[in-house]
Amino acid sequence: MIKAILIFNNHGKPRLSKFYEHYSEDTEQQIIRETFHLVSKRDENVCNFLEGGMLIGGSDNKLIYRHYATLYFVFCVDSSESELGILDLIQVFVETLDKCFENVCELDLIFHVDKVHHILSEMVMGGMVLETNMNEIITHVDAQNKMEKSEVRAASEARVLSIIILI
Amino acid sequence: MALKIVKGSIDRMFDKNLQDLVRGIRNHKEDEAKYISTCIDEIKQELKQDNIAVKANAVCKLTYLQMLGYDVSWAAFNIVEVMSSSKFTYKVSCSQLQLQSVDAVLITTIINSVSLPLVTQDLSSPNQYDTGVALTGLSCFVTPDLARDLASDIMTLMSHTKPYIRKKAVLIMYKVFLKYPESLRPAFPRLKEKLEDPDPGVQSAAVNVICELARRNPKNYLSLAPLFFKLMTSSTNNWVLIKIIKLFGALTPLEPRLGKKLIEPLTNLIHSTFCLVFAVLISLSSGMPNHSASIQVRDFPLKYLGLLAMSKILKTHPKSVQSHKDLILQCLDDKDESIRLRALDLLYGMVSKKNLMEIVKKLMLHVDKAEGTTYRDELLTKIIDICSQSNYQYITNFEWYISILVELTRLEGTRHGHLIASQMLDVAIRVKAIRVFAVAQMATLLDNGHLLTGNMQRNGICEVLYAAAWICGEFSEHLEDPMQTLEAMLRPKVATLPGHIQAVYVQNAAKLFATVLRKQEGTTDSLAAQETSQLLIDRLPLFVQSANLEVQERASCILQLVKYIQKLQQKEVEVAEEVTALFAGELNPVAPKAQKKVPVPDGLDLDAWINEPPSESESEDEKPKAIFTKEEPKHTRPRHTEVDEKELARRREARKQEQANNPFYIKTSPSSQKVYQDQPGVEHIPVVQIDLSVPLKVPGMPMSDQYLKLEEERRQKERSERKKKEKKKKREKHGRGRRADSGPESEEDITPAHHVDIVTEEMPENALPSDDDDKDPNDPHKALDIDLDKAQSKSVVMLSTDPAYSQLPSFLFQASDLDFWLSSAPVPPVMQVESGYFIPQVMSAQFLFQKSTKHKKKKQKKEKEEKEKKKKKKHHHHHHHHHHHLHSADESVQNGTVEEEEEPLPVRTWPMWWFCMPHVLGCENYVFVCVYDVQGNLQDGSQVVVSVIFENKTDHFLKSMEFNVLDSLNSKLQRPEGSSPHDGLAVPFQLPPGVSNEARFVFSVQSIVMPQKLKGTLTFIVKTEDASTHEKLDFKLHFTCTSYLITTPCYSDAYAKLLESGELKSSSLKLEGVIMPFHHLLARICFHHHFSVVERIDSCASMYSRSIQGHHVCLLVKTSNQTVSIDAKCDEPSLLGNVLDEIKHTFSQC
Repeated sequence: MIKAILIFNNHGKPRLSKFYEHYSEDTEQQIIRETFHLVSKRDENVCNFLEGGMLIGGSDNKLIYRHYATLYFVFCVDSSESELGILDLIQVFVETLDKCFENVCELDLIFHVDKVHHILSEMVMGGMVLETNMNEIITHVDAQNKMEKSEVRAASEARVLSIIILI
Repeated sequence: MALKIVKGSIDRMFDKNLQDLVRGIRNHKEDEAKYISTCIDEIKQELKQDNIAVKANAVCKLTYLQMLGYDVSWAAFNIVEVMSSSKFTYKVSCSQLQLQSVDAVLITTIINSVSLPLVTQDLSSPNQYDTGVALTGLSCFVTPDLARDLASDIMTLMSHTKPYIRKKAVLIMYKVFLKYPESLRPAFPRLKEKLEDPDPGVQSAAVNVICELARRNPKNYLSLAPLFFKLMTSSTNNWVLIKIIKLFGALTPLEPRLGKKLIEPLTNLIHSTFCLVFAVLISLSSGMPNHSASIQVRDFPLKYLGLLAMSKILKTHPKSVQSHKDLILQCLDDKDESIRLRALDLLYGMVSKKNLMEIVKKLMLHVDKAEGTTYRDELLTKIIDICSQSNYQYITNFEWYISILVELTRLEGTRHGHLIASQMLDVAIRVKAIRVFAVAQMATLLDNGHLLTGNMQRNGICEVLYAAAWICGEFSEHLEDPMQTLEAMLRPKVATLPGHIQAVYVQNAAKLFATVLRKQEGTTDSLAAQETSQLLIDRLPLFVQSANLEVQERASCILQLVKYIQKLQQKEVEVAEEVTALFAGELNPVAPKAQKKVPVPDGLDLDAWINEPPSESESEDEKPKAIFTKEEPKHTRPRHTEVDEKELARRREARKQEQANNPFYIKTSPSSQKVYQDQPGVEHIPVVQIDLSVPLKVPGMPMSDQYLKLEEERRQKERSERKKKEKKKKREKHGRGRRADSGPESEEDITPAHHVDIVTEEMPENALPSDDDDKDPNDPHKALDIDLDKAQSKSVVMLSTDPAYSQLPSFLFQASDLDFWLSSAPVPPVMQVESGYFIPQVMSAQFLFQKSTKHKKKKQKKEKEEKEKKKKKKHHHHHHHHHHHLHSADESVQNGTVEEEEEPLPVRTWPMWWFCMPHVLGCENYVFVCVYDVQGNLQDGSQVVVSVIFENKTDHFLKSMEFNVLDSLNSKLQRPEGSSPHDGLAVPFQLPPGVSNEARFVFSVQSIVMPQKLKGTLTFIVKTEDASTHEKLDFKLHFTCTSYLITTPCYSDAYAKLLESGELKSSSLKLEGVIMPFHHLLARICFHHHFSVVERIDSCASMYSRSIQGHHVCLLVKTSNQTVSIDAKCDEPSLLGNVLDEIKHTFSQC
C-alpha cells in the first residue's frame, strides 16, 4: 500500500500532498516537514530509497523519492511495494504530468493543483496502484477534462443568458 | 427575486477561484496567515449561499488550503452537499478532499446518512466517469457502515461493462474488506474471476488486491497459484509481474513444491527480468539531463537493493553471503546512509566466532569516524546487538568484550548509556570467569568517573557508572584495592550524578565497606578499620542531604549503621563477620518473562472470590440449563473482578518506579530523575571542575585491539600446535597423507580463550514453555486474517439459510486441483544456488531461497522419528502402530489448550506405519520411512486427503514410484480420468538418497460412519550403480472415524441451540483410572480427535467437532477421582459409537 504521496520543492513548500491513511492536520504537516528534512539532506547521487521517518509508521515503511529540478516527488510505501516498481511509477507520473501540461514546471503544479490531483487519482486510488499505463491515464484524464469543459461552457452560457434576459 | 439571482451571478464573477487564491497567497508572502484567514472567511460566506457552483468553487479552494495544513473539517457537511450535485466538475473537486480527516463521530454519521443515497445514486450513473469519481471519493472515506451498505453494489460494479469502472471497483473492494471483513468471503469468487479479465488494467487491479490480501493470510490464496502462474508467464506488464513475484514469495514457504515448480519459468524470466529491471532503469535515466548522472543513478539503487536481497538470502543461506563480507564492510564507507544502515543489518547476521572480533574492530573504527549522533548511536547499538546475539554465542573472549564496552563509554553524547550499562551487568553476572577482570575494569572506570560526568551533555553515558558501581560492590571480593574504590565512590563529585545512580553508589559503598573491614580486621590493623569507618561517616552526610528520597533513605540508614559499627570498633569488637553477613548470598539474573511463566499451583483458583461477592451480583447467577442427561449440580464460574485501566496503569507505574530504584533489577530504560543542583546543601560543596576537551584515554585500560592481537596470536599458536600434531599423525600414518594443510579454520576449531560458564537466566520451576508471539492487536489489517478454507462455523451453522452462503463450497480451496497442478509438471533440475553478486538475478530469485519453515519442521520431526524408530527396531520388525504429531502447533492453539504443546505425549493415536524392508540392499534394513496423515476435506464431504511423506534411507536413487490402493466399495482412490480402477498413481517425484518428499492422494469416501482399512502396494525401482531392481511394498491404510472429523470452533450459544434442537442421539462412555490433569485430558481429546473446547467449567467441559459431511458431534466431559465420564451427542449414532471407541482406545493406552 502507498501511505502517502508528497510533492514539495527544494525549500520544503508542499506542492501536493495526498495521504491515504488518516492523520490529523498537524501530523500531516509534521510528516511533510520530516520527510523534507530526511530527503533534502541527501546527495544527488545516492540511492532513491530510505527507511521511513518516525511519524509515518516506522521501520516497515520506506520513502522512495526522485528529485526533478526544483521538486521532490516522494512516495511513502510499506513493505508490500517493490522499490523499483514505485520508482517506475514516479517516472510515469512525471511523464504524464509533462504530457498534460506540456513541459511541466513547478508553477503548473502550483496553479493547477486540482488537475494534478485528477491525474493522480487516475493512477493511484486509495493507496493502491490503479493504472501504470501512461496512454490509458491520459485518455481518461482528457475525456474528463472535455466533460468538465463542456459543463463549464454550458454553465457560463446559461449565466450570461440569464443576465442578458434579466437586463 | 430576479434581482437577487442577478446579484448572485454578478458576485460570482468577482469570486476568487482557486487560481486567484493561489496567486493571492503568493502575493501576500509577509502576512500569509492573515490573508488565508480572510480567505477562509470568504469561503465560509460562499458556502452559505444557495448557488451550488459557488459552493463547489469554495470546496475546491478548501482542498488547497487543506494541503497547506489548515483545518477544513468544519466544512464536511457542505462538502458532502456539493458531492451530491449533478455536475461532474463539482464532484471531482470533492473527491480530492480527504474527508477522512473528519473523524468526529457526529459528522461521520452525517456522512453516512447523507452520502449513502448520493453515492448509490452515482454508482448507478450511466456516465462511467460519474461512477468513477464516486468510487474514487469512496476510497477516501469508507467507513464500516458505508462498506457494509455498499459492498453488494460494488460487487455488481465489478462486472460492469466498462473496464474503467471494473478496475476501480476491484481496487475499492480492498478498502471495503478492510472496513467490513465479512464481505471478503462472498466477494472472493468474483475477485478471482477478475484475474482472468480481458482488460490488463482490471487484471492488474485484481492482482494488486490479492497481493495485499495475501500479506495477511497467504494460505488462502494458495489455490490461486496456478492462475498466477499463468499470468506470470503470459503478462507483459512489469507492475503485475513484480506483484506476482512478490506474491509467490509469500506462497512458497507454505507449499515447498511450488518453489520447484517455479524454478523453470523463473530461470527463463531471470533473463527477461534482468531486461525488466534494466528497462525500469533506462526509463528512469531517460529523464535525466545528462548521461553520466544516469549511470550513477543506476548504480545506487542497485547497491541498496542488492544489500536488501542479501539480507533476505542471509536468513536461509548464511554461507553464501558470508563470502561477501569484505564487500559489505566496504559499503559501510558509503556516503549514503540508507546503504550504510542496510550493510549494518547484514553484518548482524554474518558474524561468527571467527570473524566477530575483526568485524567489531572495523565497526569501532567507524564509530570514531562517524559524524552525526544518530548514525553513531545506530552503530553502537549494532555492535552490542552483534556481540550479545543468541546469548553471547559468538564471543570467545569476554575480556575483549568488556574492554569493547569500556571503550564505548568514551563516546561523546550517546543516548545509549543504559544499553552499555545493562550489557556490563549482564556479562558480569552471568559469566563467572570474567568477574575478576570486569571488577578491575569497573574500578578504573569509577576512579575516572569524573571524565564521564564532566559534561552534563554526556548525561546518557553516566548510566555506565551505575553498572560500574554495582559490579564493584557486588563482586568486591575480587577488588585489588577496595579502599581506593571506596574512596572513589564517596567523592563529593558523585552528588552531581542522577539520583538513581547515587543510590546505587551509596548502597554499594556499604558493600565495599564490609569487604574492606574484613580485610583490615584480618590483618589486625584496627586503626585502619576505624579510619575507614570515619571516612564513611565524613562523606555520607552529603548523601543524606540529597534531594532524591531513595539516596537519602539509604544514606541515612547506612550512616547510622556505620556509626554503630564505629562504636563497636572503639570497644575493640570484631564486626566484620556480621557486616558481611548483611550482603551475603548471590544475586542471580531473572529472565524477563519469568514472572509470567510461573505456573498456577494445583488447587489455587485465581478466579475464586476471596470474600463473598456483593449480594446484588448473586441475582445474576443463572443456573445453566441441563443439556446433558446426567447433570450434576455445579458451581457457576465466578466473574472476574474488573480492574479498571486507570488502576492498572497506576500499579504499573508504581512497579516501574520500584524497579527503577532497585539495583537488583536490570533496567531497560533510563529513568528520568533529576538532580537538583541548586539545593542549598549541595552548593557549598567544593566541586573541582576538571575541564577536558579531549576525551582522554582512561589510564591503565587495556585496549580491545590488544585483545584482537592476542587472540590472533593465540589462534595462531593453537593452529600451529594442531599442525604439529597433524604432522605427527601424518608421520605415523604414513600411507594416508590425505589431509593437507588445514585451510581456513572451521567454526568448531576455535576454542574460547578461557572456560566461560554462561549462567542462564533463572526461570521458575516447571515454567510453562509457552511462546507468546502476540500479534499487534492494533493492526488494522488483522481482521482480514480470515481463513477462507475453513467454513465459518458460526455463520454456517446459524446462517445456513442465507442464500449468500449457499454458494460457499464452490470457490473454496480444492486441494486436489492444486496438488494435481503442482505434481503434473516434470521436476526441473535442481538449480544451483549461486552466490554471485548479480543483483537483478538475486532480486528476482530471492524468494526461491526462502526455505519453507514448514518443510524444516517436518524434517526435524522425521529425525525424531528416526531415532525413535531405531530404538523400536530392536524389538519389532513390522508395522508398528505409531502415533504421531502431524498436526502443527497452530491447531492446538485453536483449541485453546496451548500449554500441552511441548509436553511429550506418551500415547498418540495418530495411525502411522513404517514400512520396513529387511536387508534389501544389504546396508540398511529399510528403504523407506513413510508417514501418513489422513485429513478430511471440509469443502467436499466425500473426500479425504492422505499425505504421505516418503524418505529415502538408502544410498541409492529411487524412482518410478507407484502408489496403488485396492478400492473398497466405500472408499476409492481418485485417479486421473481415463485410468482403470486398478492402475496405480505415479508418485510425482524421484528420491535421491537421503531425500524426503511428500505426496498427497485424494480418496473419495461415501460413508464416514465406520472406520476402514485399505490394502495397498507401493512399487518402485531402486537404481544402483550397475543395476536397477524393482521392489514392492505392501501396506495398510487405516481410516479412523476421527480422521473424518474436523476441528471446528463453536460458540456456546450456537452450541446450546444445537443441543436443544433435540435431533441428536446420545451415548456415553466411562473411563476408569485415568490419572492426568483435566486440561491434559482435554488437550488429548482435542489433539487426537479433532475436537474444540466450547466451554470449560471446573472439571467439566463441553466440546464440539464436525465431520466432513456435516455431522455435529458434541461431548460433555466430566472427571472425578480418576473416573472420566463422557456424554456424547451426535446426529449419527454409529459414527458416534466409533468415535467413542477410538477415544477409549486412546486412553486405554496410557
